[in-house]
Amino acid sequence: MSNVPDTTTKVRFTDGNTRLDAAGIQWIINPWDELALTRALELKDAGAISAVEVINVGPALTEATLRKALAIGADKAWRIDAETADGYQVAQLLAQWLKDQAFDILLAGVESSDYNSSGVGIMLAALAGIPSVSNVSGLSIEGGQVILKREIEGGQQQLKAHGPFLAVVQKGIALEPRIPSMRGIMTARTKPLEVVPAHPVAARTAYQAFSLPQPKGSCRMVDPEQPDELFRLLHEEARVI
Amino acid sequence: MSNILYLAEHREGSFRKPALELASYAHALARQTGGQAIALVLGKVGADQLSRLGSYGTQHILHAAEGSFDPMDNGIWSTAVAEAAIKVSARLVVFSASLQGRAIAPAVAVRLEAGLVAGVNGLPSSMQPLTVERKVYSGKALATVVVHTEKAVMTLSPNTFGLKESSGDAVAEVWTVPTLPSLSFEVLETSRSEGKLLLSEADVVVSAGRGMKGHEHWKPVEDLATVLGAATACSRPVSDEGWRPHGEHVGQTGKIIAPNLYFALGISGAVQHIAGVSSSKVIVAVNKDPEAPIFGAADYGILGDVHTVVPALVEAAKRFKENS
Repeated sequence: MSNVPDTTTKVRFTDGNTRLDAAGIQWIINPWDELALTRALELKDAGAISAVEVINVGPALTEATLRKALAIGADKAWRIDAETADGYQVAQLLAQWLKDQAFDILLAGVESSDYNSSGVGIMLAALAGIPSVSNVSGLSIEGGQVILKREIEGGQQQLKAHGPFLAVVQKGIALEPRIPSMRGIMTARTKPLEVVPAHPVAARTAYQAFSLPQPKGSCRMVDPEQPDELFRLLHEEARVI
Repeated sequence: MSNILYLAEHREGSFRKPALELASYAHALARQTGGQAIALVLGKVGADQLSRLGSYGTQHILHAAEGSFDPMDNGIWSTAVAEAAIKVSARLVVFSASLQGRAIAPAVAVRLEAGLVAGVNGLPSSMQPLTVERKVYSGKALATVVVHTEKAVMTLSPNTFGLKESSGDAVAEVWTVPTLPSLSFEVLETSRSEGKLLLSEADVVVSAGRGMKGHEHWKPVEDLATVLGAATACSRPVSDEGWRPHGEHVGQTGKIIAPNLYFALGISGAVQHIAGVSSSKVIVAVNKDPEAPIFGAADYGILGDVHTVVPALVEAAKRFKENS
């Protein structure tokens, strides 16, 4: 589970544009991780799985978001205590933690809304030697069999898992993210949130500098009575048709 | 002297624009490093298609014609790419930022102990160390990334580099991957829509939103797409309501696309929708609300009711096509 700035945040950079200005940022559960969690809880409600745990790599400030995950219904939360450096470092820390854990299914959202790399889930599976599958838009458990729906270019596959696996999930895995109930919010405080120390792992990449894209020029309005003018502009000026 | 290996994905027997863009990119990288651009093709492809890669600068092709690549299993594909990279001593391995490319690039990066940079939008500004730009915060910002490992894996964002022709020998070598694992997941069923223009490949996309007021009003949208040879798309509320299939949803949690031309018809332009289409080269918005945020993201706009404007655009599009 990744802790990310709310999607409507206006991003700003500080320290000579070398890092995100975190002042005033509202932190949320990464939207795809939230959908993954929702699906896991639906399966738990249906009696198909026994427990749902969420794991985050991050500093102390991510605990507020982990409590939200507990409020939504997760049974336990883990925080691997480290400042995140890059996807590989996060995946390696997760892989180290995973060595002592038993699991049947690992779910990871397809990307985080801050770095959009789609790296951590697959790197974790590769480092831990677990089978992985990407672009999973459906997960069901029928008679103890795990059935996955996977999006491929121009089509879909239906797959059956044999043994523990990691699925990188995308839109479709759940329809709407689950909202915590009042009861959920109350019990979240007493559910376990375990912090584990992290052995230092060197990142393989580094963010050197950030910048904001050039603002778009203003929109050129075309008279609705002159639709041919639009196509003339698209052809002669924009050169896209 | 460092070689570049790229994965040339194909669909229905041919290489599409993203693969040819990637070939062009790999060739440019090879010029920067003084090495060769080498393509890896998984699964059987005809000789005429293989030689097309030569038109974009590819010198050498590893053609793994035999092997169970059709299910696109992560384990099998990432092993094949990693083995190919080792065979050709590739310093850089590049993929399209396609569904499959993004899925296996991280596993290949781990196998090669290489840093991963996903979604690059241009050539590196430096090779020592590799320094390259990409978008972050769902397209709201740009970042310069430095790779500290000797090797690097990158995925290339679609429609950013363009097609650049160059003559390459495209010598194809039939290659068998030495140690392919077996399928990690049992394939129960595969369904593919044949001959369809995919959103990820379309140069022009015609998209519509709640302003259309119902699926029964979609014909002008489809007609505009047909006349322009475009793919159709929609905003999230439209797919949630079931007016259009989920596969058409473009936006932050749907598909992220980067066509040359994107029509946003009756779409207000919520932040999450813009995140899915902001990499489009040109955006045209039609909306009756002058305050609609879509006009802040669009290059061209028409203020009007979609029910009158879109049919008029269809007729204008037909005239344009007839005269060009």
